[in-house]
Amino acid sequence: MEPTLPLLILVIPLFMFLFLGLVGGYMKPKVAGVIGTLGMGTTLVLAFITAYTYFFSGSECFVNEAGERLQSIIFNCDWLQFTDKLVIRLGFLLDPISAMMLVVITTISFMVHLYSNGYMCDHSGNPERGFQRYYAFLSLFSFSMLGLVVATNIFQMYIFWELVGASSYLLIGFYYTKPAAVSASKKAFIVTRFADLGFLIGILILSYYTGTFNFTDLTSAPVEGIADTFRVSAETAANVQNIFNTSAAPMFMGASVMTWALVLIFMGGMGKSAMMPLHIWLPDAMEGPTPVSALIHAATMVVAGVYLVARLFPLYVMQEASLQIVTVVGALTALYAAMVACAQIDIKRVLAFSTISQIAFMMVSLGVSRPEIHEGVGYMASMFHLFTHAMFKALLFLGAGALIHAVGSNDYTAMHGLRKYMPITHITFLIGCLAIAGIIPFAGFFSKDEILTACFGYSTVAYLWMSFVAGLTAFYMFRLYYLIFWWKDHEVHDAHHAPHDAPWTMTLPLIILATVSIFAGLIHFGKFVTWNGEPYEIHLNWTVAGVSLAVAVIAIGIATWLYKSENAKPEKMANALPNLWRWCHRRFYFDELYMFITHRIIFNCVSRPIAWFDRHIIDGTMDGFAAITNKASESIKGLQSGNAQSYVFVYLFGALLLGAITYICLVLC
Amino acid sequence: MFCCGVYGFITRKNMIAILISLELMLNAVDINFVVFNRFLFPGQMEGMFFTLFAIAIAAAETALAIAIIINIFRSNKDIDVREINKMKF
Repeated sequence: MEPTLPLLILVIPLFMFLFLGLVGGYMKPKVAGVIGTLGMGTTLVLAFITAYTYFFSGSECFVNEAGERLQSIIFNCDWLQFTDKLVIRLGFLLDPISAMMLVVITTISFMVHLYSNGYMCDHSGNPERGFQRYYAFLSLFSFSMLGLVVATNIFQMYIFWELVGASSYLLIGFYYTKPAAVSASKKAFIVTRFADLGFLIGILILSYYTGTFNFTDLTSAPVEGIADTFRVSAETAANVQNIFNTSAAPMFMGASVMTWALVLIFMGGMGKSAMMPLHIWLPDAMEGPTPVSALIHAATMVVAGVYLVARLFPLYVMQEASLQIVTVVGALTALYAAMVACAQIDIKRVLAFSTISQIAFMMVSLGVSRPEIHEGVGYMASMFHLFTHAMFKALLFLGAGALIHAVGSNDYTAMHGLRKYMPITHITFLIGCLAIAGIIPFAGFFSKDEILTACFGYSTVAYLWMSFVAGLTAFYMFRLYYLIFWWKDHEVHDAHHAPHDAPWTMTLPLIILATVSIFAGLIHFGKFVTWNGEPYEIHLNWTVAGVSLAVAVIAIGIATWLYKSENAKPEKMANALPNLWRWCHRRFYFDELYMFITHRIIFNCVSRPIAWFDRHIIDGTMDGFAAITNKASESIKGLQSGNAQSYVFVYLFGALLLGAITYICLVLC
Repeated sequence: MFCCGVYGFITRKNMIAILISLELMLNAVDINFVVFNRFLFPGQMEGMFFTLFAIAIAAAETALAIAIIINIFRSNKDIDVREINKMKF
């Protein structure tokens, strides 16, 4: 495959960022928006061509005779060469998951670009301040995210990983005059940076012991007889296998250092993917514009952690303990986030916690995936869920954006009964809810069913746990749906300003995504993405599917009973279990816990003594030097009288003195 | 003659007088060059040339000094060197 096409996928968004960032200020906002959208549209087409070529061309670079899909490096260039071995490369890796991610990212990104043309305007259609800047940042984000998924080595991934973090920071803080947005962006950046510390240490340990950064070396088995300079060198691959399989790697605190490396890398993924206890930034990140939440904090960036684990999955499989940690963290987070989502008032917060919960689903699915259980179905299920979730969660967020745009508030208390006023939003939102709840034949049903099958194969506890969370998912989504669109009639104060559907730029993405959410589940995903490249035939396990469907229907039934029309039942329930409700509403006091740890413990016990030391000891020493110099110069400044003749006199006297000394010395010697 | 120059340079108040003292010192040095050349290295001419060179430089330097003195006179209405003590801390 020619490298030009894939290269353009990265270059166009980067160019758009530079172009809109530098020149955007001189053009009309609308023009900047259209240019940004067209640029993304081109990228979308290119990405689809690339993915199509990868999956369907049947070229021997992409698929071997046995029908296994291969990792194929389109190009790779040395970017920084420190020594012969320590080389940092930038390149473009095509394999099933990166091709799939290209499709997901460009689709969602294009939808969001299109949608923002409408969303970032006020009601009379005038663009907001900073419209061009917004589009520039969107392009920057798309560029970084695309670079992340096609990374050929873990270091390139790390570079782009930080870039998505930075662009997420810029976009959360887009309304930089709002204190809440500023603190949310700082929080997101600091928490993810903290997690990335673990990631970096993990990378260093991993590459130190295996001697390579390249994914192909780390994850594919050596292939004989393919004339491709970028393929794995057999000896490196053997080295990696050796280090992971045997106890060749040193031990540290009771576990192999490889396990530690993988867990630390997973910590980076936890930060980006908002796993407990590093999830605290994601709900606050909803301060950013809603399309940004749809793009970054629902569909693409937050699944980077899942993508990372999936990318290194062959290594995780070799270290059982690290996969168990992934499972446990995922399962806890899934339940926690689902419970919290049931008690939030802000609709974007509900969606944020639902995102956390769904990503945790993907993590669990990866964690329970073993080659011996249904041929590693968990991996495929995780990627499948990533794909469908990106579609329906972006749909839900964009729908929420349309609601917020129409009502002017984030809380469902200001909405209620909107179904008559916003029919398109209503229908598409309902489709999104059905998809996430897992009702047949919507997309979420198929992917979630695969995940539950994988859990079932792993252990009964995991299966029951995740089924319960799936039920909670259906419940909180329909609670949200009923509270927004039903509950009671909307109070319209002024007939001219009644909420109404958004302009076509906003409704079109909703309709497209809704269509995708309906039909995406019918894709035979197992043919395209599996953990080892072999095609896998999805067959529905009807016991599991039936149970999960029943759970979802029951949960929806409960939600209908409670929230369809205005009544006192929810309040009674909240009053019956006041503590549980309050804990869920306050997100189990995680933020308070962090505040306590950072302010009381770190600030008071560590930072303050250090600050004191800095102020008094280090600054004091420096001040002392300065004061001594000052004093000394004050006392001798009288010498410089400005009177030329006294200078000459002193000079002459000095010269005579020196002469005399020299003479005496000469005489004495 | 050199010492006369030094004495004048340090004690005179008038800048013109100081300049004359300076010339005195220069001339003393020139004469020294010539004399030492004549008595120590009779066959060579470096001392003579050096003197000629120094005289030329001295002429230029005098012109420069007088220009400076004129400018100082214009701004200060005075050429007493003791009053020119602005160049201090």
